[in-house]
Amino acid sequence: MAEKPRTLFDKIWDAHEAVPAGADHPAVIYVDTHLIHEVTSPQAFVLLRERGLRVRRPDRTWATVDHSIPTRFVEGRPAFLNRATRNQVETLERNCEEHGIPLFRMGDPGQGIVHVIGPELGLTQPGRTIVCGDSHTSTHGAFGAWAFGIGTTEVAQVLATQCLLQERPRTLGIEISGRLGAGVSAKDLILGVIRRFGVAAGRGHVIEYRGGAVEALDMEARMTLCNMSIEAGARAGLVAPDETTFEYLEGKEHVPAGDGFAELVVRWSRLPTDEGAAFDRSLSFDAGSLEPMVTWGTNPGMSCGISEAVPAPADAEERAALDYMGIEAGRPLLGRPADVVFIGSCTNARISDLRAAARVLAGRRTNPATQLLVVPGSAKVRRQAEAEGLDEVFRSAGAEWRAPGCSMCIAMNGDRLSPKELAVSTSNRNFEGRQGPGGRTVLASPVTAAASALAGAVADPRPFLQN
Amino acid sequence: MEPVVRIASRTVVLAADNVDTDQIIPARFLTGTRTDGLGASLFADWRRDGAGELRPDFPLNRPEAKGARILVAGANFGCGSSREHAPWALTDYGFAAVVSPSIADIFKGNAVRNGLVPVEIEPSAHRELLSRPGTEIVIDVAAGTVSLPDGGSARFELPPFARRCLLTGRGPLDFLLEQKSAILRYEHRKDDVAEAP
Repeated sequence: MAEKPRTLFDKIWDAHEAVPAGADHPAVIYVDTHLIHEVTSPQAFVLLRERGLRVRRPDRTWATVDHSIPTRFVEGRPAFLNRATRNQVETLERNCEEHGIPLFRMGDPGQGIVHVIGPELGLTQPGRTIVCGDSHTSTHGAFGAWAFGIGTTEVAQVLATQCLLQERPRTLGIEISGRLGAGVSAKDLILGVIRRFGVAAGRGHVIEYRGGAVEALDMEARMTLCNMSIEAGARAGLVAPDETTFEYLEGKEHVPAGDGFAELVVRWSRLPTDEGAAFDRSLSFDAGSLEPMVTWGTNPGMSCGISEAVPAPADAEERAALDYMGIEAGRPLLGRPADVVFIGSCTNARISDLRAAARVLAGRRTNPATQLLVVPGSAKVRRQAEAEGLDEVFRSAGAEWRAPGCSMCIAMNGDRLSPKELAVSTSNRNFEGRQGPGGRTVLASPVTAAASALAGAVADPRPFLQN
Repeated sequence: MEPVVRIASRTVVLAADNVDTDQIIPARFLTGTRTDGLGASLFADWRRDGAGELRPDFPLNRPEAKGARILVAGANFGCGSSREHAPWALTDYGFAAVVSPSIADIFKGNAVRNGLVPVEIEPSAHRELLSRPGTEIVIDVAAGTVSLPDGGSARFELPPFARRCLLTGRGPLDFLLEQKSAILRYEHRKDDVAEAP
C-alpha cells in the first residue's frame, strides 16, 4: 500500500512523538534543540531547583545573552541599564555553570541574538524541533525545522525532560507566486501577507510558505519571512529545505562534514511536502504587485505600500492606532519625520540586511535630525560587516555602530524612544510602547529604513538603489 | 498551582481586539528573576499616564472593577511575545479568567499552566458580556460553561488535559516526569537513526 502523502510538518511531527497522544493527554514531543536567554529562563531554573531536578540534556541546550544586554560599552565595560538587567545576565551565567550548559557571553565570538546564532552555528537544521522562550523562534522554520516560542514553565519542562506536551496544530499552506520587485524584500513580503490575511490568520496553525517567490529567497530572507509568522498569529512558519538550504548549512560548525553531510542531505531531501498532501487550510498571495511596505498603526497588520495613502480607519481599533501614532489617514506616510532609524533585531540584522542598508547609505549622510542606530544580530555578523568595511559606511553616514543584541526592538536595555518619538525600524512589532513608552514605530525593510535615515523622514528606498 | 473549579465574580471589560502581551506587561518590567509581584505592572502604560498617575477612565481603575476576577477582552487576546510574565501579572493582580472570542496560542498555554482560565466563547455571547461590564457571572471549569447576564449560558472548549490541569492544579511537568522511561526509549531509537527523520 502506498504511504499517505504527508506535509513537511506532518513528517517532523511524526518523527518527534516520543509518546503519541492518548485519550487523556496530548502527544509528548521530543525537543532536539533548546535555546535559552537571560529574560525568560531564570524562573525556569528556580522551578528546577524547587523540585530538585537537573537539566536532562545540557548537550541539547544552548544559552546566549541578547534581550536586556547593553549595546554600548563605557571604558571597555558594558553599560548595563540598571542592576536588574546585570543581575539577569549574571543569573544566567550561574545557571549555565551549575547545569553544564554552553553559554555565549557578551564579548564571545559566538554571542548574538538567539535566532541569529542558531542558524550561524548550524544548530538549526531541517527536520529538527527547536524551542526557545521567545516567540520569534519561528525564525528557524526557514530551514524546514519546526521551531516555536514557549513560555517559561515550558522552558522548565524542556530543561527537565527534553519534551513538551503538544496538541497537534493544524497546517496552513500559503502559496506565494510572482517575483519581488527591485527594492522589495522578504520583510515587505511578510508585511504584505499579514496585511492581507490578518494578525490572527495563523492562530492554531503551522504555516508552510510555498511557491516560486519563496523558493527564490536566500536563507536569510527566508528567516525574515518565517520570523514574523507569529505576527500572523502562527507559532511556527516553515519553508521546505532545498539546495539553497543545504548550501547555507554546509561547513557550519555543528553540521557534519563529508559523508556525514551527504547522508544528511539525502535525509533532508525527503522532508518537503509530498505531492498530493493536503493542508488543513490553503491561501495564496501574489508577491509581484508589492511595493516597499510601511506600517502606520500599532499592530503589524496595519500597513500599506510606501506610495499608498494610509487607509481610512475601518473601526475603533484603527482610529485609536492612528491617534496613538499621530498619523492622518488619506495620504502616504512618505515625508513623515523620523526621530530614530533602527536597523537591527532577529528580523533584519543578518549580514545581507546590513549589506542592503549599506548600499543605500554608501557615500551619503543621514539627516542630522535623525539618529541612526545599526545593531548587528550577532558578533559574527559584526565581524563580517567590519571585514567588508560596512561599519565604515555606517559611521561615515552618521550612524552609531553598536554591539550585538535585541536593543531597540524590545527596548529593555536602555536603547529606546522617548514619548511621541517616531522610529522607522527593521524590527517586528509596532505595538504601543514596544520601543519605549509612548514611542511610535513604523516597521520597514532595511533599505527603507536606510533611505528614511538619509531623508530624515519615511522614504521610498527605490530612488537610492538606482545608481 | 491551586486547583480552579469554579469562578464567580464580576467582570471587567477591556473591549479592544488584539491586546498584545507588550500591553499586558511592557518589556521594561521583565528584568526580574521571580514570578511574583508583577500585578503592579499589569497594563502599566494603559493604567497610568506619563506622570505615573492612574487614568480614571481605564476600565481596571474604575471603582466597580475593584476585586473583579474575570477579564472580558476583545479577540486575539494575548498575541505577540511569549512572555509568561503576562499571565503572571494577570494572576498576581487578582484575575482568575480571561473571556474572549479568541485567545492567542502561546498565551493560552501559558495561562493554563498558571491556573488562569482561558475562556473562548462564541461572538454573540461575547457581545452580551461586552455590553454589560461589571455583571456577575460564573465560570464552571468542569462543565465548560459561562453564565450570561440574560440567564442563559455559553459553552467553552478546553483540551481535556488542560481542563484536568486546571481542575487538579497538577501541571504538565508532573506528567512529563512520569514519562521518563518512554522518553529514554525514544532517545535510544533516535540515536540509532541519527538526527533527521
